[in-house]
Amino acid sequence: MLAGKEGPAVQKAMEIVTALGRIYGATDLVHVESVQVAGVSYKNLGEAGLLFLREWAREGARVRVPTMLNPAGVDLEQWRALGLPEEFAQRQMEVLDAYAQMGIEMTCTCTPYLIGRVPGLGAHLAWSESSAVAFANSVLGARTNREGGPSALAAAICGRTARYGLHLTENRRATHIVRVACPVRTEVDFGVLGYEVGRRVGKGIPYFVADGAAWNAETISAGLHLRMLAAAMAAGGAVALFHVQGMTPESELDEIVRPDAEEIRIDSLAEGYARLSSPLGSIDFVSIGCPHASLEELRDVARYLAGRRVRSVLWITTARETRRRAEAAGWVQAIEHAGGHVVSDTCLVVAPVEALGVKTMATNSAKAAFYAPSHSGLQVRLGTLGECLDAAVQGRWAPRRRPMC
Amino acid sequence: MKLRGRIIKEGAVHGEALVSPEPIGFLGGVDPETGVVVEAGHPLRGQSVAGKILVFPTGKGSTVGSYVLYRLAYKGLAPLGIINAASEAIVAVGAIISNIPMVDGIDIGQIRTGDEVTIEGEWVTVRRVARAGQGAEVE
Repeated sequence: MLAGKEGPAVQKAMEIVTALGRIYGATDLVHVESVQVAGVSYKNLGEAGLLFLREWAREGARVRVPTMLNPAGVDLEQWRALGLPEEFAQRQMEVLDAYAQMGIEMTCTCTPYLIGRVPGLGAHLAWSESSAVAFANSVLGARTNREGGPSALAAAICGRTARYGLHLTENRRATHIVRVACPVRTEVDFGVLGYEVGRRVGKGIPYFVADGAAWNAETISAGLHLRMLAAAMAAGGAVALFHVQGMTPESELDEIVRPDAEEIRIDSLAEGYARLSSPLGSIDFVSIGCPHASLEELRDVARYLAGRRVRSVLWITTARETRRRAEAAGWVQAIEHAGGHVVSDTCLVVAPVEALGVKTMATNSAKAAFYAPSHSGLQVRLGTLGECLDAAVQGRWAPRRRPMC
Repeated sequence: MKLRGRIIKEGAVHGEALVSPEPIGFLGGVDPETGVVVEAGHPLRGQSVAGKILVFPTGKGSTVGSYVLYRLAYKGLAPLGIINAASEAIVAVGAIISNIPMVDGIDIGQIRTGDEVTIEGEWVTVRRVARAGQGAEVE
């Protein structure tokens, strides 16, 4: 491959894979089971990225393992109705055409594991979206480094990646013990906890221990709570792997915590909430689904909105496949009937949300709350799904009196 | 002076060194339309990387930075060659996809802005050019 016998596209891919191996001290390459490519939104790629992808596709770049895409900058079917700009949508389609030419599945999601792409324990992957990487490593026990867009694509074209970093067992041991001594209950609490821990451990590998009754392992949902935790940790820091005592697959292994692990204690989430959330009154935009919403969340939203109308712009972002399944159950129609949008293929972080003309946002995602001010110029109020939906219905933040479900 | 490093992107090129003591992040740090360093407070701020042998410790910032290098190369504004003390993925991938000869593992403290530098495979040759107010030529 490296000598160019399989063409210039494969040669370039192999050059990338082997150069990274040299840089990070890999002794060999490892076959990957699947690849997830970030660098899909035109908002991030720009003209340069588009040029490059087109050129690589033209040279004959084709993937040899199942390869999926991260969210794009627009909903491929509804972008016009959602008010996203046409010029941007055109460029976005050209990006997707280049990826399609390479044989990549147009999944356009950061949660492939919610649409049936669930790698097995110990599977080697080359995934790139930061929350998907953290979830795959930690909750599923698969093995992937946090790949950049081009390096993930190179791995897909070669079918392998350099064996270094998190592909090696010895590098998966915890560098920090995080003792959580305050109650962590809702999906927002898990996100705020993740954000705070991410800020403190950076690229480290935290090992979570619930001191006292911080959480009840039996009521934690991997698909919701750990998804929010993973996403926020990867945004607040660069965490690609974490362990939760008694919950994640590698947490009970011998010597999973390094002897020199630093200990951190979390006594309160107040500081994290204060960093991510502002005391807003009026709310123009409510965003749910960062990372992409699960089918259960769409069901909960549909049930809540039955017989109600929203005043704020409401987006639930999800994978196209999840949207399809929710449509079959009638939930998309129920949400749309109430004035909300079930948006697929894209998300708040990568869509040109500034074009919607909204200024204030409510969300249940700490990751979205972290990115929205800098990426889209929005002010953010953080609350649970129920609180956010209340705000959508009233057009303003309204303290809840009773639990939602 | 001859220094030996590690090949990141194979190639041979000769040009004038532009040396940054600080890491460079291409996304947001270098204007893709002009090749000028725009990061606030950066020691190279206001200088163009175009056509230079760009010497810096390592890369930083977003992985989209690889595509910024590609865009610079497409417009003829990329560095001729890149020398790092310790390379990381963003700049390495950017150099490979943009066909910019690159080596790392070099003691970059030996190179000054204005030096004539040749990259040939893993070898870096540095020739100090005598200028008004500067010391004599060293080889």
